[in-house]
Amino acid sequence: MADVQVYKKSTAEFNLGQRRARKSMRGQIMMFSLMIFLTIMSFSMVMAYQADVIGFSKYLIIPTLMLFAAVQVGLQLYYFMHMNEKGHGIPQMFMYTGVILAFTVVLTFSTIIWW
Amino acid sequence: MSSVAQKRGFGATLWDWLTTVDHKKIGILYLLGGGFFFVVGGIEAMIIRVQLLTPNNDLVSAGIFNQIITMHGTTMIFLAAMPILIGFMNAIMPLQIGARDVAFPFLNSLGFWMFFFGGVFLNISWFFGQVPDAGWTSYASLAMASEGHGVDFYAIGLQIAGGGTLLGGINFLVTIINMRAPGMTYMRMPLFTWTTFVASAMILFAFPPLTVGLFLLTFERMFGANFFDPTMGGNTIIWEHIFWIFGHPEVYILILPAFGIFSEIFSIFSRKRLFGYSAMVFATVLIGFLGFMVWAHHMFTVGLGPTANAIFSVATMAIAIPTGVKIFNWLLTIWGGSIKVTTPMLWALAFIPTFVMGGVTGVMLGTAPLDYQLHDTYFVVAHFHYVIVGGTVFGIIAGTHLYWPKMFGTMLNEALGKVTFWFFFIGFHLTFLIQHWLGFWGMPRRVFTYMDGQGWNSANVISSVGALFMAIGITIMVYNIIVTSIKNVRVANDPWGDGRTLEWAIESPPVFYNFAQTPLVRGLDTVYIEKMEGNLSGITPAEPVQDIHMPNGSFIPFMLSLGLFIAGFGAMFRTEEPWGMAVLIIGLVWTFAAMAMRSLKDDLGFYVKKEDILKDMKRKGGQK
Ligand code: HEM
Ligand SMILES: [Cu+2]
Repeated sequence: MADVQVYKKSTAEFNLGQRRARKSMRGQIMMFSLMIFLTIMSFSMVMAYQADVIGFSKYLIIPTLMLFAAVQVGLQLYYFMHMNEKGHGIPQMFMYTGVILAFTVVLTFSTIIWW
Repeated sequence: MSSVAQKRGFGATLWDWLTTVDHKKIGILYLLGGGFFFVVGGIEAMIIRVQLLTPNNDLVSAGIFNQIITMHGTTMIFLAAMPILIGFMNAIMPLQIGARDVAFPFLNSLGFWMFFFGGVFLNISWFFGQVPDAGWTSYASLAMASEGHGVDFYAIGLQIAGGGTLLGGINFLVTIINMRAPGMTYMRMPLFTWTTFVASAMILFAFPPLTVGLFLLTFERMFGANFFDPTMGGNTIIWEHIFWIFGHPEVYILILPAFGIFSEIFSIFSRKRLFGYSAMVFATVLIGFLGFMVWAHHMFTVGLGPTANAIFSVATMAIAIPTGVKIFNWLLTIWGGSIKVTTPMLWALAFIPTFVMGGVTGVMLGTAPLDYQLHDTYFVVAHFHYVIVGGTVFGIIAGTHLYWPKMFGTMLNEALGKVTFWFFFIGFHLTFLIQHWLGFWGMPRRVFTYMDGQGWNSANVISSVGALFMAIGITIMVYNIIVTSIKNVRVANDPWGDGRTLEWAIESPPVFYNFAQTPLVRGLDTVYIEKMEGNLSGITPAEPVQDIHMPNGSFIPFMLSLGLFIAGFGAMFRTEEPWGMAVLIIGLVWTFAAMAMRSLKDDLGFYVKKEDILKDMKRKGGQK
């Protein structure tokens, strides 16, 4: 086996690392609260609809739910799966390509097969 | 383990090939496997042409004819063209980017064995006498009506082989993204590497739809589901969409690597840098992307409605633009070059007009109103043979001649190569040019015979004679390969004398770790740059000689694929044979056991010691 190299960080590097970790932690907690908030909103909307509260129609709730879901996926990917950090250009390119292709397919299917 | 070649017995050699994870050997395996299926598909093609030689011929029955055309198309596309191209990608691409290996050597080998067992599974159908007969597109209404196990062989065989292709594609993507030598930026990658990259990305996005489609078909036929049966609330058109969402990208997966090979050839044998490199890269990526937006041009006559037809028609024609960009760049690469007409160059030169003709008929077919006239006639057959044979197969044969020395260390005979070319080239145009007119005259595709007195007789005779010429050409090539291998005259690093990219700066064939020292890349056509600056070795090392880490071989990929192969039979005979269910379970358990073995056993690979590398380098000192 090759030699295992042990690398010792300098104090400055160590502090920088700490600061970065703290910043990322702050971001994650904020986003986590936001996600919980969105989830509570979603559930209360549905409950409001079931309790026949005026103004909560299906046509309002379903698109809103979809929107919230999309936001949640984005937050999940960017904050918890670290896509907001450097060096994720290629995965981003592939994911967006996939999203565009899937969107075309769904659009076509829903307009010419399932309509 | 020493890298010095040792004499070994047959058993040891066989074991070595069964367990290899070396991308160069896997490349050779793909070439052999794909070459074998190419010959099988070719024999099927000859039977088709003999059957159509005269009107009212009864050489084969209508049913067997359907089986033969189905197997011809399926074999040629999935088991010949694509694997051979993947073989070249394996053998050459890592060398071009200065890598010692691919990113996932184990997956790579698994990809090969899945392709191999999938292909064998499909072709075993001949021995059961129940052969797929619903066309290579296997449209659901036909597939559901097909009796016996024919279409089951298609669904399961392609599922296994397709899984292998997907693994191969992922492996190439990660290799190109992560394993380029220092200095090898994206915009310095040789065009063949670029086309490998884009084709692999297309595999990544196109094969999952195929997997889904085949999965639905399997369940429809073998497990009582009703996805495509309108009487049960299904929709038979869904299959067509799913198949072509995969199918159109698939044809570009077939053509892009061939474009890459031709780009290398034009630049090597015009002894010029490729004209408009960045435009070429952009066109490749654009073709890859647009390739996903046009699938419904195969379905114009299904009745999607004028709006859908118009949109897909325009999108289809858009692809002609980047393709045209490429054609002009190749022409301008040749322009003013100091041209050497070698065998690969001959194929490349013939490719341009041939492929352009195929592209033009493609645009004609992309015109929805005209397609109502031409759909399902011989015109379509002519179109796709002009692009697939004139593009992909020409590219494969050109690549075989070009890269043979790099893969095997011997040089195919140039004179025989040119004889092959002329037979094949003339035969090809004889066979398929006239089929455009056959289409105009109304001859439908996929008919097993035709009546006398419709004016189709002599055209069909011409077509069949051409097929004979092609067969002679291929036979000469096989003869050439055999003779060359027996003579075994070894060649130096760059037998063509004008290699511009890294693979030509290392010996033929390369040592198993490719580069004793990882090269430093200083620009596009890096070897050419080095040589122009007086560095005759063509490589500036980026590191001192040091131990190299390499992966161990493994027998697990073979066993894993075998498990899937066995499970396939079980799934097929599950209900009608008492042993069916047991075989299905045994196969699946076998597969999972192989997976578990891979996961649980740590295999850290081994190191090639510095002393051995130095010894190898000294030994090579004797070579030119
Ligand atoms: C300018 C580029 C191209 C255009 C506009 C084009 C257009 C078309 C259209 C409209 C069809 C459907 C015809 C019909 O069934 O009525 C078709 C069929 C086909 N094309 Fe192309 N094509 C192009 C390039 C290619 C290339 C590069 C390949 C493969 C290397 C290819 C392979 C095929 C195949 C295999 C079929 C027949 C599929 C089948 O029904 O069995 N095409 N093409
Ligand atoms: Cu197409």
